[in-house]
Amino acid sequence: MVSEVKTFTDENFENEVLKAEIPVLVDFYAEWCGPCKAMAPIIEYIAKSYNEKLKVGKLNIEENVSTTGKYGIRAVPTILIFKEGKVQEMLVGLQSREKIIEIVEKYL
Amino acid sequence: MSDINDVIIIGAGPAGLSSAIYTARARLKTLILEKGVIGGQAILTDRIENYPGFPDGVIPFELVERMKNQAEKFGAEIKIDEAKKIEKRGKHWKIIGYNGEYLAKAIIVATGSYYKKLGISKEEELTGKGISYCATCDGAFYTGKNVIVVGAGNTGITEALFLTKFCKKIYVIEILKKMMAEKILQERALRNEKIKIFLEAELKEIIGKDRVEGAIIRDISTGESFELKVDGIFISIGMIPNTKFVEGLLELDKQRRIKVNTEMKTSQQGIFAAGDVVSLCPNQIATAVGSGVVAALSVEKYLSEEI
Repeated sequence: MVSEVKTFTDENFENEVLKAEIPVLVDFYAEWCGPCKAMAPIIEYIAKSYNEKLKVGKLNIEENVSTTGKYGIRAVPTILIFKEGKVQEMLVGLQSREKIIEIVEKYL
Repeated sequence: MSDINDVIIIGAGPAGLSSAIYTARARLKTLILEKGVIGGQAILTDRIENYPGFPDGVIPFELVERMKNQAEKFGAEIKIDEAKKIEKRGKHWKIIGYNGEYLAKAIIVATGSYYKKLGISKEEELTGKGISYCATCDGAFYTGKNVIVVGAGNTGITEALFLTKFCKKIYVIEILKKMMAEKILQERALRNEKIKIFLEAELKEIIGKDRVEGAIIRDISTGESFELKVDGIFISIGMIPNTKFVEGLLELDKQRRIKVNTEMKTSQQGIFAAGDVVSLCPNQIATAVGSGVVAALSVEKYLSEEI
């Protein structure tokens, strides 16, 4: 099965995230980060449950330094929720599925 | 709701997963409830050097992933839900979660613990903007920078040593007169030129508006304060057990951990506990595993006698 979690990069960030017509959840992660790996199934679940209503993607902070710097990310995992090109929420650290759902629901 | 589980394990950290391996392998219908992520606090450490059987160390995330696979192989089922309350239901126990209710003949509480916060102003707002509770996750953001680690226990010193990979200078702030970390960790910290340790010192104030820029430290013996310019503050001042949902049901100790006997029995018949959430369990993966196994064996014995 194809993963519904997209991959965001410095190159596609503007088109995929800032110009998106629906809200976007961006998961800033790093390969070395245990909690990021642990949260991956939750992100996957969110992507699947909000299929058409929310775009969900991950961004590797090491490979995409410019976007990471631009949003002042200093911890992984960090989740940003974008709507109409603007950051609406920032969730730092490991989050439970319920917490993410609660926040996401506010912007749908 | 209709199915009665032989045992429900609350928490899928090393303790809960170890219990599950044993109970599932003993052919007991085993359900694990996990509120967040599989692995618990263990996955926040980068590498564990003292887990028996791994002379080169092991990455905790990989270790718990194996435990999870092993538990599932023997038939344990994992559900994502958080236990809100446990109630007696005839001979059995009912767990009320956010997504459903679950019945069990026996319960193992293995909910672990979470980070204690300093409880000072700006700590909350600047979390992720300089304040961190996980050096493994966030250390690399402070490459070439100066940082503070609050707490010189095992976690604090391990974090400080890990941060030497990235940071220019690490100031360890410890409120007590001596470090509580293991001798081997203390020796490494004292040998490392990047680490400077302040004993009998207290972090009084976080400086910075949108991000951490420094901190005010008070020397307890002299009463004098001084400022440290840092970009990051890592907080390792201990853990709080996740026992809120069993308050009033199970007997807790002064630190709010669950009191158990040597068989991991709690004050309620049919409820057992294991891992960091238990009184006197020393926050180690190995001890969590051990107590998880003891709890599982006690459950087996309890169920065979009861029915």
